[in-house]
Amino acid sequence: MFRKMLLASALALAIAAPASAQSPVRVKFGVLSDMSGIYADATGQGSVIAAQMAIEDFQASQKGIQAEVVGADHQNRPDVGSNVVRQWFDRENVDVVLDTPTSSVALAVSEVTRERNKVFLNSGAASSDLTGSACSPNTIHWTYDTWALANGTGGALVAEGGDTWFFLTADYAFGHALERDTSNFVTSKGGRVIGAVRTPFPSSDFSSFLLQAQASRAKVIGLANAGGDTINSIKQAGEFGITQGGQRLAGLLVFDTDIHSLGLRTAQGLVLTAPFYWDRDDATRAFAARYEQRHPRRLKPTYVHAGVYSSVMHYLKALEKTRSAADGAKMVAEMKAMPTDDPLFGKGEVRQDGRKIHPMYLYQVKTPAESRGAWDYNKLLRTIPAAEAFRPLRDGGCSLVRS
Amino acid sequence: MATVTAGEIRAATHEGLPRQQVVAFVIMVGALVAAPFFFYPVFLMKVLCFALFACAFNLLIGYVGLLSFGHAAYFGMGSYVAAHAAKVWGLPTELAILAGTAVAGVLGVVFGWLAIKRQGIYFAMITLALAQMVFFFSLQAPFTGGEDGIQSVPRGHLFGVIDLRSDLAMYFFVLAIFLMGFLFIYRVIHSPFGQVLKAIRENEARATSLGYRPDHYKLTAFVLSATLAGLAGATKAIVFQLASLTDVHWSMSGEVVLMTLVGGLGTVFGPVVGALTIVTMQNYLASFGAWVTVIQGVIFIVCVMAFRRGVIGEIANVLKKPL
Repeated sequence: MFRKMLLASALALAIAAPASAQSPVRVKFGVLSDMSGIYADATGQGSVIAAQMAIEDFQASQKGIQAEVVGADHQNRPDVGSNVVRQWFDRENVDVVLDTPTSSVALAVSEVTRERNKVFLNSGAASSDLTGSACSPNTIHWTYDTWALANGTGGALVAEGGDTWFFLTADYAFGHALERDTSNFVTSKGGRVIGAVRTPFPSSDFSSFLLQAQASRAKVIGLANAGGDTINSIKQAGEFGITQGGQRLAGLLVFDTDIHSLGLRTAQGLVLTAPFYWDRDDATRAFAARYEQRHPRRLKPTYVHAGVYSSVMHYLKALEKTRSAADGAKMVAEMKAMPTDDPLFGKGEVRQDGRKIHPMYLYQVKTPAESRGAWDYNKLLRTIPAAEAFRPLRDGGCSLVRS
Repeated sequence: MATVTAGEIRAATHEGLPRQQVVAFVIMVGALVAAPFFFYPVFLMKVLCFALFACAFNLLIGYVGLLSFGHAAYFGMGSYVAAHAAKVWGLPTELAILAGTAVAGVLGVVFGWLAIKRQGIYFAMITLALAQMVFFFSLQAPFTGGEDGIQSVPRGHLFGVIDLRSDLAMYFFVLAIFLMGFLFIYRVIHSPFGQVLKAIRENEARATSLGYRPDHYKLTAFVLSATLAGLAGATKAIVFQLASLTDVHWSMSGEVVLMTLVGGLGTVFGPVVGALTIVTMQNYLASFGAWVTVIQGVIFIVCVMAFRRGVIGEIANVLKKPL
């Protein structure tokens, strides 16, 4: 008996020895997202799944990293979001905040993160201010931003022959900015903006605006809006048969899950810019298949989910080097120093201002006849190389950029 | 509307404070002083800001019987102006809060002057309409930052000495503001002025026949309520270092009605308990997502059906003493 026990404890020691050679590094990720609102499918619970997948794929526990993921709902309210994040930092030892759609919440979280010297890896928010006037040594903006979307849709679409534009603009600061930025890209590429109409925000009836757009004979109708406004305008454009009539509808912030819920009959012909599409190559398909298995409603991942996966992966690589998550600014500096490389976005880099750089893609939504089955939604129109996809470093007005 | 209980009249006509209110006040202050050492201070500050907001709202509905459905306008404007003053103009914290409060007060004069010309549902609709105009203004005006709001407002130093970046220091600053507001409201409703307000609530025609001018009293009460709501909003902006559209949205006006009703309309301590209940629910039930609003709705229905006087109102009724 005694001998058996001795043997067992010796065995246990032998197994435990390699792990205890280096005490495990603890890191806690907090996915702050819209779990119940309009962005819940495109971000939300899926981002928690993506973060967990990254930790497993990195084989964190074998590398002496003890990683944990928690999630919370910010209800798209900046005060709720900043409150949750403060509580995470102060009481629950969260080191990294992930995802966080809705620009107002993201900007608030970025401030709190800087104050507490933690890390904020944003994937879900659009505002390019996160790496511009509001940039922070603790924030990396991973997946996309308004500049990249406007550049992709506005610039690349002109090159595809869509040279006359009409805008449906949500009548508030975000809509105006989106219209202005996109118009600049359109005109700089030789296109022409022949009209624009301001729609009340938020709105459920776009019919009169869509009729104006139709009557303008513009080749492209640009939707300078987001969330529910985008969904409603695409739906009603589908009812008017606008894309079948030869005009193109250009959405700026459209996720694959939106197309999924709209259906191809409604969304067909819509042009959009995205940094990731699940059906791009073998690596993305493999990721999507595994993600789908774990998703309670069997949805495919959006580019926000892919961004969460990729950012967690890169963070863990940096953590393997520094072996301490305590100093947020140091972690981000390490992440900027290392080139990025992962199966979903390929090779890239994190710039001084916190902007992650990778190619963007211009897609068009397939017609029901073109689609080969479930989730076969997008066809590639054009690849925008990484060097042209994002705002040049000097134009952002970020204080971290040394001149 | 709640009727004046015998105790309330007695309490108001007698010299000195009713004992149970003193006891309740001491308990409340004791709990609030001890609380930050047990609970998360930022959460408690949120409760205090909303408690002050609800108390301000209660001054109008509980003691004058005016249902304003646009109190978010004063709360939100207070927070925007304080945030802008602290961040862009670089005013010291206490002056920024005063600026926000003052603007809310001026807004109260204008809106109140318009709204008190009508009564009942028309009054509520006018206040709602005006508040929606403020929302639209906040959405469009360049200084509010649209849907991004005003971010990273500095907390600054109190009187140039105490660093408010420490949550504990900030908490006691907020507590002081709350207690000042609370005691001010208490003083108002127990003054002769407050007696006239209650008289107007009970029977406006009779108050007129006694020689009072209800419109003057209503407007004064309206402005006081708006000013205090602005104070609450301004404080919240400094606490969260953020002013956003949430604060001016009509649902904020709805939330404050809910808080006051749950706590107890026309009671001194009711709005505080109501704010604590609702903010706690929002905070700790946040993981239920959209269900928070459903749960809130159910609680509201239960409140209206089962205990119409609200938590404190029911307790006061059992004790047969005003709280």
